[in-house]
Amino acid sequence: MPVSSTNSRLIYDALKECDIRLVSALPETWLVHLIRLADDDPAMILVRLAKEEEGVGISAGAHFAGVKSAMLMQNHGFLASINGIVSFAHLYRIPLLMLISYRGTIGERDPWQTQGGNVTEPLLRALRIPYFFLDSLDTVKKRIRQAQTLAESSLQPVALLLTRDLMWEE
Amino acid sequence: MLRIDCLKAVYPELEDCLVVTIMGAVAAELHSLGHRPNFFYLQHAMGLASSTGLGLALCLPEQKVIVFDGDGSLLMNLGSLTTMARYRPKKLVHVVFDNESLLSVGGFPTATSTGTDLEGIARAAGIPRVVTVRSVESFKAAVTDAMQAGDLTTVIAKVEAKGPAAYVTDLALLENRFQFRRHIQSLKTR
Repeated sequence: MPVSSTNSRLIYDALKECDIRLVSALPETWLVHLIRLADDDPAMILVRLAKEEEGVGISAGAHFAGVKSAMLMQNHGFLASINGIVSFAHLYRIPLLMLISYRGTIGERDPWQTQGGNVTEPLLRALRIPYFFLDSLDTVKKRIRQAQTLAESSLQPVALLLTRDLMWEE
Repeated sequence: MLRIDCLKAVYPELEDCLVVTIMGAVAAELHSLGHRPNFFYLQHAMGLASSTGLGLALCLPEQKVIVFDGDGSLLMNLGSLTTMARYRPKKLVHVVFDNESLLSVGGFPTATSTGTDLEGIARAAGIPRVVTVRSVESFKAAVTDAMQAGDLTTVIAKVEAKGPAAYVTDLALLENRFQFRRHIQSLKTR
């Protein structure tokens, strides 16, 4: 599988350096290594979800408990989470660090991913969610730290879009 | 059985719990009994009260957490039962007030009014302890028992579709949220 295990490790280590202690996730191809890393880490609470919107509530509970968390999801999972984001995270000012695999954009071979790719950024803008790209090795660590810092200081969701350039080796 | 009477019956037991409620009648009625800093009322995001309770319980495994859910809310997030069962927090009590109705919006019947069995769903989802109660006495006993059982419990409480006169409380949403978090942080330093 050409999902980059090296870059997944880089992302995971950056999350650990931000003191992320809980990760919620729903598997998709690009996230398999990240989820396995969380699963293999006894110090990480990994919550495998039935649907991504649950992760909003779980991250809110973690925030109340004083635990920093991150959400791993595909962009279609972000679409499935929107009511939770608006009527919980926005309404109650909950910091969310959302790592979203950005499927359906340039280079996408799976036809079923393509519509989600079209609407991801317009929706993030419509929801006024600050978003940034994880697209190169050099900036991954810094961007994750900065996004986490912004989520905590602004008490709102911040999205990091995981790109094909970073996640896929071919 | 009225929900407010159930809440009254267990109110004293809530003092050392973290309490998460759904929106609408449950929030307004619990608030009317006397707000405490350990109560969080999720006044929207239907379905996510149980997820919030799960997040709390996983991060604070020694802390008792009780969620007051409803049939309408739970039906919007049935997957939450499977996630709770998967991680099985020992001190999480999940109460579902089932009035077979979306009461706050005018009393539209939910699927539990036509035979959907939340106890059966919870059991089949893997929740280790599930009980349905129909009287205030049995409700109080079930909740008290669940708090002492040391295992994840779902209590389905069949209640009448009667709510409070007003749903809006004088507690601002953000005030509630910041107070709740501050309260939890204060528990850690004690």
